[in-house]
Amino acid sequence: MSGLSVQADTIGSSASLVCNIGPHQRWSLPDVGLVWRHRELLSVLTWRDIKIRYKQTVLGIVWAILQPTSTMIVFSIFFGRLANINSDGIPYPIFAFAALIPWMFFSNSLTSASNSLLGNSSLITKVYFPRLVIPIASVLSNLVDFALSFVALLGLMLCYGMTPSWSVFLLVIPTLLALVTALGAGFWLSALNLQFRDVRFALPFCLQIWMFLSPIAYSSSLVEGRWRILYGLNPMTGVIECFRWALCNTEANTPPLMIGVSAVMSLIMLVTGAIYFQRMEQNFADLV
Amino acid sequence: MHFAIEVDQLSKRYQVAEAAACYGTFRDVLVSAFTAPVRRLHSAIKGRPPGEGRKTQDFWALKDVSFDVRQGEVLGIIGRNGSGKSTLLKILSRITAPTSGGARVVGRVGSLLEVGTGFHYELSGRDNIYLNGAMLGMRRAEIESRFDEIVEFSQIGGFLDTPVKYYSSGMFMRLAFSVAAHLESEILLVDEVLAVGDFDFQKKCIEKMRDLTRTGRTVLFVSHSMGSVETLCDRALVLSHGKLEAIGAVKDVIDFYLPKEVQTAEATDTPTAASVSWNDPFSAPSNDYVSLHSVELSSTDGVPTTQFELDQPIIIRIAYNNLKLGESYRVRIRLRDQQGNYVLSCGNEYASAGKSDPWTYQPHPLGVFESTCHIPGDLLNDQTYAVSVEIVPISRPSDAGLLCNDVLSFTVTDPAIAERSEPIFLGPIRPRLAWHTKRAG
Repeated sequence: MSGLSVQADTIGSSASLVCNIGPHQRWSLPDVGLVWRHRELLSVLTWRDIKIRYKQTVLGIVWAILQPTSTMIVFSIFFGRLANINSDGIPYPIFAFAALIPWMFFSNSLTSASNSLLGNSSLITKVYFPRLVIPIASVLSNLVDFALSFVALLGLMLCYGMTPSWSVFLLVIPTLLALVTALGAGFWLSALNLQFRDVRFALPFCLQIWMFLSPIAYSSSLVEGRWRILYGLNPMTGVIECFRWALCNTEANTPPLMIGVSAVMSLIMLVTGAIYFQRMEQNFADLV
Repeated sequence: MHFAIEVDQLSKRYQVAEAAACYGTFRDVLVSAFTAPVRRLHSAIKGRPPGEGRKTQDFWALKDVSFDVRQGEVLGIIGRNGSGKSTLLKILSRITAPTSGGARVVGRVGSLLEVGTGFHYELSGRDNIYLNGAMLGMRRAEIESRFDEIVEFSQIGGFLDTPVKYYSSGMFMRLAFSVAAHLESEILLVDEVLAVGDFDFQKKCIEKMRDLTRTGRTVLFVSHSMGSVETLCDRALVLSHGKLEAIGAVKDVIDFYLPKEVQTAEATDTPTAASVSWNDPFSAPSNDYVSLHSVELSSTDGVPTTQFELDQPIIIRIAYNNLKLGESYRVRIRLRDQQGNYVLSCGNEYASAGKSDPWTYQPHPLGVFESTCHIPGDLLNDQTYAVSVEIVPISRPSDAGLLCNDVLSFTVTDPAIAERSEPIFLGPIRPRLAWHTKRAG
């Protein structure tokens, strides 16, 4: 009976140990506490995803910097130099890079999250844990790439003689918003991908279109005033503009309402995604 | 009286899509291919799973199963393949939800439905202990405190920091079982974990299981092996076609179950058995890659038989144990007539168009797999055929195949034979062919 007493100590009150199993399939918010109790599994899965991502690649972690850098160079040549797009008073390469970092984080997170449930099908059919842990871990693992490319950006800024001001601490806000957006969209797509494998084919070109609908190669000040609120419906608009402003103090007079609309959209995405995921969760083992 | 598990009228329904309707012409096939997305989209918008628009058949994997398990009891679950044992464990471990009914589980549940769940081949043995432990629900502190014990039991010693992909299958099994065996939960759900690995390893596992059951925890133990159920369990229950058939003291239940097993094989008209299985890993046909678990003949409704009428499809089920992590297999059957001439040989890599076997060329995890072959009705003639089974690992097709000649035989009969005076159908096959006669003169 020693095993039992150990359990009581580690888990807490015995009331939490009772589990009722039944066919309830109702719409509800996911049990955040349950996910929290599985935080160790979450960290192990995140750590696994980070550890295996660049296994057997020659360039390894360099890929994390190479992806946004090469895109930045292409953008700088075509949009910055040839098309001479307004970059809100900062050098165009910095302008593009500062937007590509949150965007790459978002798009890579979305791609890995949408495949995460399928990729972990052996877990889903063999062990129980709140399934939300899987897409969350795959999104979190992309934070490493995000941090690395951020260091590269800081280096680039120093090359251009720019030093970030105090507002760099505000970067936490757009980073959190990017995380929230990626999680929300990731919940939606990972659950949908189990039922409709079409997601795998639709996602790459949707992301491409989405990229040009976000102020990455250009500034949102290019969009006419009355359309800005509509433009803000894209949650990545707020993320990118905030990120760029906090880092480089751009001169763009971004209307706070547009940012607000974006932020609200991010939150809506997170909440609806979590609800949909929770609704479908019980069928996952039968769908994969 | 404290119940650890109370199961109340538990039922689980799966919807199985029926075989697609036969297409008459090329035009029908084309039309159907282009309208399919529209039909599927329609059902998707209505919130039904894809394919539900097609004809589906309800299949009850579990039906109104109720029983209680006392705290500290070790309950064995026995039954034929497909009787609902695994579904029951999956519901109790909350992997899948029941269709109706419910269960109340008091205590922390650990489920071992497979050895090595979540192992990642690129990671070292050390990393995998933490990974696998976390997936089974162990806390980091728990794993750390038992880490040395786990490593010692697994005997992998010097290879702790080597990626698991370089392990032999034996080492992998030992490590995987060690992590699982050190799982501290009040309730343990175990499915066929012991059915893998070599004989020595199985013995060691059974001993470990016996130790575990003595620590006062509640264990549900699914197994094909009557021997291990009898030594490990206090009580047992029998599932048959998703229904609870018997529950009671382990001795009584096995006495009840075993004669029935023999009966099903002997109830048919001929003395030949409809199935053959090897529970003892020593006597089972095996090589380094795979060991044969069982072969069974049945009609489409799952009833084991060796007698088929001309138009009845013949189902051959081959269960085998994969011993080599990540290997994939061709599973083949060969049919011979009474003169010993081959009638056909066919493998799962050569399946019907549009119905490819999902496991062909797929790396197999360790464990038991069941390949089902469906021989359509109106193909074979009315005579007796012998079935041979061949399992060939794809990485080394030349020398490592496992071939078991003439493991079972079955007879195809013609119900209308009495009305004819002479045999007019020659040869080993008798398909119905398209015929059309017209006036040509």
